[in-house]
Amino acid sequence: MTAAAPVRASVPGPRTPASKARVSKAVRRDWAVGYTMVAPVVLGALAFVVLPLGMVVWYSLHEWNVLAGTFTFAGAANYERLLADPGLADALLASLWFSIGLVVLNITLALLLAVLLDQKLPGTTTFRTFFFSPVVVSLVAWTIVWSFLLQADGGINGFLALLGLEGPNWLRHGTTAMISVIVVQVFKNVGLNMILFLAALQGVPVELQEAARLDGAGAWRRFRSITLPMISPTILLVSIITIVGSLEVFAQIDVLTGGGPGNSTTVLVYYLYQQAFRFNEFGYASAIAVLLFVIVLVLTLLQWQSRKRWVFHEV
Amino acid sequence: MKSEVMPEAGDGLPGAGRPGAERSGAGRSRAGRSHAVQPATERPGAAEPAGNMMVLGGPRPDRPPSDRSGVSRAGLRARRRWARGALVALLLLLSVPFVFPTWWMATSSLKPMSEILQAVPTIWPQDPTFEAYGQVFALQPFAQQYWNSLYIAAVVTIGTMLVAAMAGYAFARIGFPGANALFVLVLAGLLVPSEVTIVPLFRIVNGMGLIDTHWPLIVIPVLGAPAVLAVFIMRQFFLALPAELEEAGRMDGLGRWGIFWRIALPLSRSALGAVAIFTFLKSWNLYLEPIVYLSSKDNFTLPQALTQYVDAYGGPMWNVQLAATTLTVLPVLAVFLVAQRQFVQGLAHTGLKG
Repeated sequence: MTAAAPVRASVPGPRTPASKARVSKAVRRDWAVGYTMVAPVVLGALAFVVLPLGMVVWYSLHEWNVLAGTFTFAGAANYERLLADPGLADALLASLWFSIGLVVLNITLALLLAVLLDQKLPGTTTFRTFFFSPVVVSLVAWTIVWSFLLQADGGINGFLALLGLEGPNWLRHGTTAMISVIVVQVFKNVGLNMILFLAALQGVPVELQEAARLDGAGAWRRFRSITLPMISPTILLVSIITIVGSLEVFAQIDVLTGGGPGNSTTVLVYYLYQQAFRFNEFGYASAIAVLLFVIVLVLTLLQWQSRKRWVFHEV
Repeated sequence: MKSEVMPEAGDGLPGAGRPGAERSGAGRSRAGRSHAVQPATERPGAAEPAGNMMVLGGPRPDRPPSDRSGVSRAGLRARRRWARGALVALLLLLSVPFVFPTWWMATSSLKPMSEILQAVPTIWPQDPTFEAYGQVFALQPFAQQYWNSLYIAAVVTIGTMLVAAMAGYAFARIGFPGANALFVLVLAGLLVPSEVTIVPLFRIVNGMGLIDTHWPLIVIPVLGAPAVLAVFIMRQFFLALPAELEEAGRMDGLGRWGIFWRIALPLSRSALGAVAIFTFLKSWNLYLEPIVYLSSKDNFTLPQALTQYVDAYGGPMWNVQLAATTLTVLPVLAVFLVAQRQFVQGLAHTGLKG
């Protein structure tokens, strides 16, 4: 990164018109190549990010039902409706529960797996492969298999019956449905966080561990007083990434529960999708989209803030 | 003491030949040094390197008798072996929810519906049949849908690699005026989840008459928000590229494009590999966008098609659905097993930067 400054072939000069004339033809040609190279992504950002973002804000100020063919300016009416909508409150609550459950389970399990894999036990490479493999499995495929396992007469209850236990109809009760969605998601992606934690663990200086060991610190004490503080920036970063990701959960909900039973697993994104593409309420859905954007924006800014501290450990 | 402990620790490396062996080697030799400082103590910690060795390296007859009393050493060794055994057992137990679903998917796809519905689950199909696989292709244009997913993911991957490499290179190495402002503009895409813009994008695609075509699944990911991460990763890579290489190219009379194609791009293979892997998987797994943009079964992609195997009452035909799922999952899993290192590094990269 430090190499970047002297490297540049053509340093952007002062941008007064007078000095612009002095920029040589070769440098200008170089700039032209630069503009050409970034043109696709810049135009793409304008067309597929900035423009739609403006449009979604514009839509959110309108009463717009595609089926009814109405599109009238409504000011803040959609936002007032947001505040009063019990469905939205439920969706926010469902998102909150989902995010909390996911982040707690995911981080705990990822940390446990990373610590276990860091012990140089026999078969570590194989276990790492096992834990990581769901990450490359198609999300819908993974969810379908779990859906099959979680049916009332499915595999999980079948094996529970062999043990003399009677499992619930997992996907048909509010609480167990939410737990199921969370757990399916955790097993799908925990391997990724495990790898990030493993990298962080291997960055903890062995000298510190040794020094503590000589001071008579036990394994748990060493983990709590040395390892955990050393990798805490990674934990924070990974937590925020996981929370932001958890807000965008859609396919799992659609395949596993369809937002049900009732609306117990209708998270914010799913509610948005229902409003837009089931009820054709594009204006109201746009207001939900703006709300989602603000939430993600705040969380992402937090993440970037924490990265400043975290960057010290970058691999 | 020092000269004695270190070689022992060295040849008894538990992780020799595996990834991580280097690190454990370094750790062991440091442990060896600590022995030298505190010779012949009875601390449990000090015995660890030896303990590790005993588990994997077998008995060591050349051990100096003065080191420790045989009884306590044997006791320690047994305890350590027991603890390590318990940890391995824990890992095995924890592996079940990661591995079993894939096993259950593959074996259940070979079961007839009657066996799937039977109360007592069978680990291995009693009477394996490929009947469900026939139905996968009979009920839907599955081969066509497979091809759709494959070619869309391939085009998106190649397109993203190209576009992101160019933009990443220009942002990193060509100091054209406004480079930083444009980079920030592009980077803003990271802040916008695809769900936020799905309604306006649907309107745009609809307005262009491209609903139920593959265009929005190809063009938007290559140029829009999903490509931003790739641009970022490529830029980070090119920032670290030594300037001398470019200088050498310029001496040889290469222009900017020549330097990019012949020098920078070939050197960026590792970053491009990471980009290729996560871009392909992202496209291959896309779900919300296809169900919004596509409406006819011939145009469906795999994730969308998998959910369509339902009977007349809307209930899923499990064995057929699982057969289709198996066909979707196994090729990617196979590639993962072959190129595991690249997958893990490539995807961990996404996690960090995303």
